[in-house]
Amino acid sequence: MIDMSKFVYLIPLLPLVGFLINGLGRNFLSKTLTGIIGSGVLIGSFVLSLLVFSEVSAQGFTTQVINLFDFIKVAGLNIPFAFQIDQLSSLFLLIITGIGSLIHIYSTAYMHEESPAHFARYFAYLNLFVFSMLLLVMGANFIVMFIGWEGVGLCSYLLIGYWFGNGNYNNAAKKAFVMNRIGDLGFLLAIFWILSQFGTLNYTDVFAKASTAPVAVVTGITMLLFIGAMGKSAQIPLYTWLPDAMAGPTPVSALIHAATMVTAGIYMIARSNALYTLAPTTQHLVAIIGIATALLAATIALKQNDIKKVLAYSTVSQLGLMFMALGVGAYTAGVFHVMTHAFFKALLFLGAGSVIHAMHHEQDILKMGGLRKKLPVTHITFLIGCIAIAGLPPFAGFFSKDEILAAAHDMHPVYYVLGVVTSLMTAFYMFRLYFLTFSGKFRGTEEQEHHLHESPFSMTFPLIILAILSIAGGWVGIPAVFAENAHLLSTFLEPVVPIRHQHHHLSHTMELGLMAAVVLLIIISIIFAGRKFAGVKDAEEQGSSSLGKFLANKWYVDELYDLIIVKPVNWVAAFFSKVVDQKIIDGLVNGVGRGVQFSARQLRWLQSGQTGSYILIMTVSIILFFIFQLFWKA
Amino acid sequence: MPVIPVNYYIFLAVALFAIGIVGVLTRRNAIIIFMCIELMLNAVNVLLVAFSKMHHVAAYALDKSTTAGTEAQLFVFFIMVVAAAEVTVGLAIIVMLYRNIHSVDINFLNRLKH
Repeated sequence: MIDMSKFVYLIPLLPLVGFLINGLGRNFLSKTLTGIIGSGVLIGSFVLSLLVFSEVSAQGFTTQVINLFDFIKVAGLNIPFAFQIDQLSSLFLLIITGIGSLIHIYSTAYMHEESPAHFARYFAYLNLFVFSMLLLVMGANFIVMFIGWEGVGLCSYLLIGYWFGNGNYNNAAKKAFVMNRIGDLGFLLAIFWILSQFGTLNYTDVFAKASTAPVAVVTGITMLLFIGAMGKSAQIPLYTWLPDAMAGPTPVSALIHAATMVTAGIYMIARSNALYTLAPTTQHLVAIIGIATALLAATIALKQNDIKKVLAYSTVSQLGLMFMALGVGAYTAGVFHVMTHAFFKALLFLGAGSVIHAMHHEQDILKMGGLRKKLPVTHITFLIGCIAIAGLPPFAGFFSKDEILAAAHDMHPVYYVLGVVTSLMTAFYMFRLYFLTFSGKFRGTEEQEHHLHESPFSMTFPLIILAILSIAGGWVGIPAVFAENAHLLSTFLEPVVPIRHQHHHLSHTMELGLMAAVVLLIIISIIFAGRKFAGVKDAEEQGSSSLGKFLANKWYVDELYDLIIVKPVNWVAAFFSKVVDQKIIDGLVNGVGRGVQFSARQLRWLQSGQTGSYILIMTVSIILFFIFQLFWKA
Repeated sequence: MPVIPVNYYIFLAVALFAIGIVGVLTRRNAIIIFMCIELMLNAVNVLLVAFSKMHHVAAYALDKSTTAGTEAQLFVFFIMVVAAAEVTVGLAIIVMLYRNIHSVDINFLNRLKH
């Protein structure tokens, strides 16, 4: 056994150091040096995470809480700055640092057009983001998690608005920040409530005491936590920031908006599973919101023409599926899907980045097509990603999605049916994207066609690694139908996330039959997508029915929010600025001044300079005082 | 000797005081105003002496050796001394006034207005 407490703090510290060096030295460092520092610290963290992981998976490991220092110590309240190393956090450490390293390497090539200072700024933000995310998953109490939680929100804002010269991008960044703030408020309230109920914020203490609290309180706490998760993990009604977040550079979308940050909500709920299990009402809500988001986002993705928007909505949809898994109590399935999704969604985003790079920042898939021959590596890896997300065996997505669907079936057949519908739509829009991008004839300008090129090795290398993971990543969770005790992940996670009580409504034959039926349906929808989109020749929008328009405009949700929230807020703001501030407040302030001026002007007439009138006033006043004195007392 | 009731002193004092006030309010000549102020001052002096005498008579009837009610009569002398000092200052001001504006009319004394 190695003593983990000796080096665990280095895992988040390395990216922080990278952030400081790159951030402070952005005007002196060359691009090569910046890239080496930025990626190097992440690779270092990854190696340490591997060490931690091997320790955790060793026989007889028990959860370790490593106290670094006292963070808040007031009266009876003691919140240490502590890290908790267990199965769940070590798994997330691997995902974050592993995929983070790949994306850092990818970014060195993708961002090469930027000037050295901006290049360093980009890597500084990226390192800071990884640092925050690591704090989030390593924290041993809700406060440390909240620090990371806020940190990733901030970095998300910074990276979405990375190209700050563009006003739209800035608006997208602000939107993401504000939406996240709404969720963060829920999380913060939940923290306060936990503190007042349990008197501590340490995971181990809170979860041990969870069953002593009344159900209503636990329900309230979990609801508030879920609001936090909604904001961070882009669920209805706070999901609209995620598609807009595509304004950032593509590797950022891959890292933040697909692989890591948006899974923070899932992590938080999986971490607090002891609380959620005690609050069935919240669980139902989580499941309903999850499946509703999954369906809504999938329908929107059917009609998007921006390569990144399709992927963004697909992320929202997949996150919805994960929340459904959490809602039906299948925490392991949710975490499993987080992992596989991190592989193939990072792959898809990086593939899309490679395409965008080749197309000189063209993102409209209607202007692509036929890229198969020009970008062979990107093509193959992207296809693997599509198959993985569509859920065909033996790719990664199949196993995790199947586990979610099986858990949903145990809970209620309606969840199952809606989950299958979502999967079918996922397969359809992903292959619509694939066929429009890679097959058929090129539909862009000649100049673009002339410049088409495969990306450099530092970009294709992460693609290849991720493609391998997208194929094999699911094999750690082989369901019991195929082999007994082959679900390595759930065995691994068992100490943190108890294995769900299986109802076993399904016999194995029945489960296999359903599985085969779903796979068949997915293949059919892929073929359907192929027939419809493989031979598209012109860049015209196919069939603009009213439903199509409705979906292409994202259900008009942004417009709806604009109408019911943004406009009223603007009206109220305008009312307060134009009427309350300018008329009432300014009126009061100016009125006091004007009143003094006016009364002074009137009083000025008393000071006539005529001695006689002074004497008269004096005499009259004295007489009045005497009269007053005489009659007042009586 | 018939005793003059205190009322008569009061009437005299009020009459002197009223004349003084009316004079101050209506006249423009600074010297006249000054004299009217003196008039008011002396109206008060008359009252002081009258009341103190009345007081002393009442106390004397009870105790032949009393000195009660004599202080105000002394006090009046102080007032007269102070008033004399004040008159010199006041007259000096009026003389300076006349030297400056060649008039003792207070309606010309409105320079502070400007």
